[in-house]
Amino acid sequence: MRVNIDDYRGVWVFMEQKEGQLLDVGLELLAAGQDLARKLEVDVCGVLLGDGVKPLTNQIFEAGADKVYVIDDPILKFYRTETYMKAVGDLVRKYKPEIFLYGATSNGKDLASAVATDVLCGLTADTTLMDVNVEKRLFEASRPAFGGNIMATILCKKHRPQMATVRPKVIKRLPPEPGRTGEVVEEVITLKEEDLKTKVLEIVKSSKKAVNLEEADIIVAAGKGVKDAKGFAMVAELAEAMNATLGASRDVVEAGLCGHERQVGQTGATVTPKVYVAVGISGAIQHLVGMQNAELIVAINSDREAPIFQAAHYGIEADAFTVVPMLTEAFRKELSREPAGEETEETEGVTSRG
Amino acid sequence: MHILVCIKQVPDTKIIKVNPKTNTLDRSSAPAILNPYDAHAVEEAVRLRKIYGGKVTVLSMGPPQARNAIRKCVEIGADEGILISDRRFAGADTLATSYALFKAVEKIQKTDGVDLILCGKHAIDGDTGQTGPGVARRLGIPPLTCVIRVEDVDVENRTLKVHRKVEEGYEVIASTLPSLLTVEKEINEVSWAPLPNMIRAARYEPSVWNVDDLDDVDIKQLGLKGSPTIVGKMWPPEKSKGAKMISGDPADQTVAVMKIFMKEQELFTKAGRKN
Amino acid sequence: MGDRFDVIVVGAGPAGTSCAYTAAKSGLNVLLIERGEYPGSKNVMGGILYRKQMEEIIPEFWKEAPLERPVVEQRFWFMDRESMVTSSYKGLEWGREPYNNFTVLRAKFDQWFASKAVEQGALLINETVVTECIVEDGRVVGVRTDRPDGDVYADVVVLADGVNSLLGKSLGFHKEWKPDEVALTVMEVMNLPKKTINERFNVEDNQGVSIEIFGDSTQGLLGTAFLYTNKDSLNIGVGTTLSGMIKKKLKPYHLLEYVKTHPMVKPYLEGGETAEYLAHLIPEGGYKSVPRLVGDGVVIVGDAAQFVNAIHREGSNMAMSSGKMAAEAIVRAKEIGDFTERTLDHYRKELYRSFVGKDLKKYKDVTHTFEDHPQYMADYIPMLNKAANKFFTVDGSPKKQKQSDIIKGFTKDKGKITVARDLIRAWKVMK
Ligand SMILES: Cc1cc2nc3c(=O)[nH]c(=O)nc-3n(C[C@H](O)[C@H](O)[C@H](O)COP(=O)(O)OP(=O)(O)OC[C@H]3O[C@@H](n4cnc5c(N)ncnc54)[C@H](O)[C@@H]3O)c2cc1C
Ligand SMILES: Cc1cc2nc3c(=O)[nH]c(=O)nc-3n(C[C@H](O)[C@H](O)[C@H](O)COP(=O)(O)OP(=O)(O)OC[C@H]3O[C@@H](n4cnc5c(N)ncnc54)[C@H](O)[C@@H]3O)c2cc1C
Ligand SMILES: Nc1ncnc2c1ncn2[C@@H]1O[C@H](COP(=O)(O)O)[C@@H](O)[C@H]1O
Repeated sequence: MRVNIDDYRGVWVFMEQKEGQLLDVGLELLAAGQDLARKLEVDVCGVLLGDGVKPLTNQIFEAGADKVYVIDDPILKFYRTETYMKAVGDLVRKYKPEIFLYGATSNGKDLASAVATDVLCGLTADTTLMDVNVEKRLFEASRPAFGGNIMATILCKKHRPQMATVRPKVIKRLPPEPGRTGEVVEEVITLKEEDLKTKVLEIVKSSKKAVNLEEADIIVAAGKGVKDAKGFAMVAELAEAMNATLGASRDVVEAGLCGHERQVGQTGATVTPKVYVAVGISGAIQHLVGMQNAELIVAINSDREAPIFQAAHYGIEADAFTVVPMLTEAFRKELSREPAGEETEETEGVTSRG
Repeated sequence: MHILVCIKQVPDTKIIKVNPKTNTLDRSSAPAILNPYDAHAVEEAVRLRKIYGGKVTVLSMGPPQARNAIRKCVEIGADEGILISDRRFAGADTLATSYALFKAVEKIQKTDGVDLILCGKHAIDGDTGQTGPGVARRLGIPPLTCVIRVEDVDVENRTLKVHRKVEEGYEVIASTLPSLLTVEKEINEVSWAPLPNMIRAARYEPSVWNVDDLDDVDIKQLGLKGSPTIVGKMWPPEKSKGAKMISGDPADQTVAVMKIFMKEQELFTKAGRKN
Repeated sequence: MGDRFDVIVVGAGPAGTSCAYTAAKSGLNVLLIERGEYPGSKNVMGGILYRKQMEEIIPEFWKEAPLERPVVEQRFWFMDRESMVTSSYKGLEWGREPYNNFTVLRAKFDQWFASKAVEQGALLINETVVTECIVEDGRVVGVRTDRPDGDVYADVVVLADGVNSLLGKSLGFHKEWKPDEVALTVMEVMNLPKKTINERFNVEDNQGVSIEIFGDSTQGLLGTAFLYTNKDSLNIGVGTTLSGMIKKKLKPYHLLEYVKTHPMVKPYLEGGETAEYLAHLIPEGGYKSVPRLVGDGVVIVGDAAQFVNAIHREGSNMAMSSGKMAAEAIVRAKEIGDFTERTLDHYRKELYRSFVGKDLKKYKDVTHTFEDHPQYMADYIPMLNKAANKFFTVDGSPKKQKQSDIIKGFTKDKGKITVARDLIRAWKVMK
């Protein structure tokens, strides 16, 4: 379907919310959206859907939006592709944005794919770099492809809007500007509950303390170099001492030393902590794509040639079994925290937890 | 119940090499494998067939070699496989892929009816996860992405329940048949195929359809022509300068690295642990 | 009882695939079972493929097969610590049809070869381990695999499962190999740009070199090292008898490291990146170690039957020929409708009539002799080097004097009689 691309103006950001809370990724994307919009001399607009969400518009303006499109309706209480796709699709057809960004969350990806097919436009997944060719008003969305082996810039010349999903934490949020406001555009949705095919029956939050690698500020991750459960427990102890979340490479997960929820990398979590400590991880490309955007990466590996040392900021070439306990000790001293719990055995720092 | 599984043959991204001169992928350097997520989708379809009866058909768009990926699905237990293969499909992005698959599904629906469609969460080459929802939208059926469990399929009343993985846990969703599900790896373990399946797969010749075998196809929506996105340029990800190596014996190293860490002392003291 | 086949071939190496190819081509219903992810994924070979035997199976295979380089130069190095005596033959006619032999990477070659067998109608199943032969009334009637519902039946089972042949052992065809019947070989594939290889080995794009290295490469143990050129990689490896390694308490990778850092070898490897590290046994017991080859409903081929010529490092060719001959015997048995040992024995007879049997017989004492007499490796190669050094060092003494010094040097440590006896013994086993 050929469209008249000059009809399309403005940069939009989908503001995903859950239970009345905006997700960080939407606020992050406003920063990117603002940058693109300034270059194109257009507005950056938030798109907000939900039930009783109108009060959130202030926060969206403060984070940088010029305008917010809101549809506030009980039918939109939970995310459903059916309803959200219809609502967003209608907005796009009516207001014609030229660029539209979504967070690459479960729901954001789902929605973007459905909308792209609904309005027949291009969609770039998991974008990590964004720019725009102002003269051609062409959005340049770049992303890792083939397991991170290559970066590719995806263009969409003849269709509008130009859409992209962006992983959380790739973009830095702008500091909020208190009191900043803008225009609210309210729309309605015409769907009726009876006509819908899907229903959210329940949202079950993980009962065990969910491992939330994506949101963690400090991650200590164990690789195959820790060898076995004992080595893994040793790294777990360092994580404990550092107040860090414990992560792992795929080989460690596959060896059954911990659950898949701890896996960092292409087929696990993409993380962007402030500090990432890699212990005994070789740094296969599939692992690197998941953690290379961490602010400070420290790698401990006994092999000077391990590729992880290419990605890390600081490297410690040493046997993990010597250095890790020393580090654990140092952190405990530094943060003056006693070894947690009484079940800690002194010998070699093996604990029954982990 | 007739379950259709969309599967893709992909290069094993663990091994693939990039040609440093042209910045293109040297596809011949990596063996082609069944997209790992799709194996889980097939496994799930086979599991459901065992409970609810019926048939599992796999559908793939790709070059003639993709027959091998279909055979792999037959090993897992799929009953039939269809490959749509045609020069005119080549160069498709997810929008054009979903159109071609949609046309094939329509054709299958006419003869066999389709009750459920399964896809992988994403393909490890393109890595978009967009194809499944695209097919669903075109068919006008609900897409349910990130599925980690399927339960209570009621073939008669045409309903099912699934668990969708979301950031904070999972959602339980009720939907209708047919729906399109994209599955996560957690949904099952791909089982060790029995020998008779292996033999059947080695013998199996999937049906191959070209564009002309499909009905009412709008050629303009296929392949490169039907793809709104184009790849502008490719380049190898920037190699960092490499780590600053901290030298000395382990005790020195510990002291030195602690100095670096302690620049951010508050970060470590604040109770920011989220596990 | 599920499927039934005319032939089940266990192992898709050169032996098994040749057999499956030949049998399928003759119209038999063949199942080829391979434990690796794909044929060749686990297979190790220095990398010389002999044209002749391969061509007997697939004429003009070089037009299509994934080969690395045709070998145009064969070098022999007799190395000491800091010197070597070399000899070589280079013939550009080897770089043209019909060629002599080729370097290959087994992971690619085996996969291609197996695909040719599939084209002939054989069914190939990967990632499946045959755990035992199913024996009924003393007859092999099928195989059991590690898969659910894993039994499958056939008139004849061909054991092409390589040097360890657990299956042959479990049938009682042979015992556990003794450490002096097998050599342990370790090798690396090292990536190196094509251009560098061409310059370093003085060849052009489509020309290869094979180098066999004797002497200090094995630290005096019986064995050899090798260095072969692929398109854009090198194969470097070293092997010695297992017994030798055990005696000297050597670890295989130490030995390989030793070769790689040897001053004569190192410059050739400079800048190479290790792409693969492989270790494998080679059956080198020779003629005397060949097990029983035929039973009711079963034959054994290739490495599994110890068909390797240790001296000339020929193995894949013997494997192929034996696989082909086994298939021919099975086709014949099928015609008669009898799969007992008596009919299948045709294979054994043909084999001994062929170069496989003849070569094995010719060299039947070689390994054992060299194993029992370490002086060949430990003493004579250094002597040779000393001799060359003396002869070529220009120090003012007349050549005639040098020659007589050299002869004296040769016999000084050992005495004339010992040296003469060693020479005669070597001549006898090699002749
Ligand atoms: C499709 C696909 C998807 C994948 N997705 C992921 C993914 O999401 N995440 C992921 O992690 N992987 C993924 N992988 C796997 C990835 O390719 C690697 O196999 C994996 O990351 C390697 O894990 P590792 O570094 O722990 O182990 P190894 O590669 O075995 O590395 C172990 C390291 O420990 C070091 N070491 C050993 N002993 C010591 C010691 N005593 N002290 C210090 N260091 C020591 C070694 O030098 C080595 O560098 C994927 C692969 C594929 C094909
Ligand atoms: C380092 C090295 C260098 C060599 N160099 C040369 C050379 O340059 N030229 C040469 O001609 N020869 C060489 N050889 C010898 C040559 O590799 C062998 O003689 C040849 O590969 C034998 O072929 P095969 O088919 O009998 O056995 P293999 O090639 O070992 O094949 C056996 C196959 O059976 C499979 N298998 C085993 N057990 C089972 C089971 N239970 N179920 C299913 N599948 C099974 C294996 O995975 C394998 O694919 C070399 C050997 C080594 C180790
Ligand atoms: N060419 C194709 N043929 C069949 N199914 C496909 C194809 N491409 C993608 N899919 C399906 O869509 C899922 C997501 O793929 P992608 O959108 O490329 O990440 C895959 O796991 C498959 O189930």
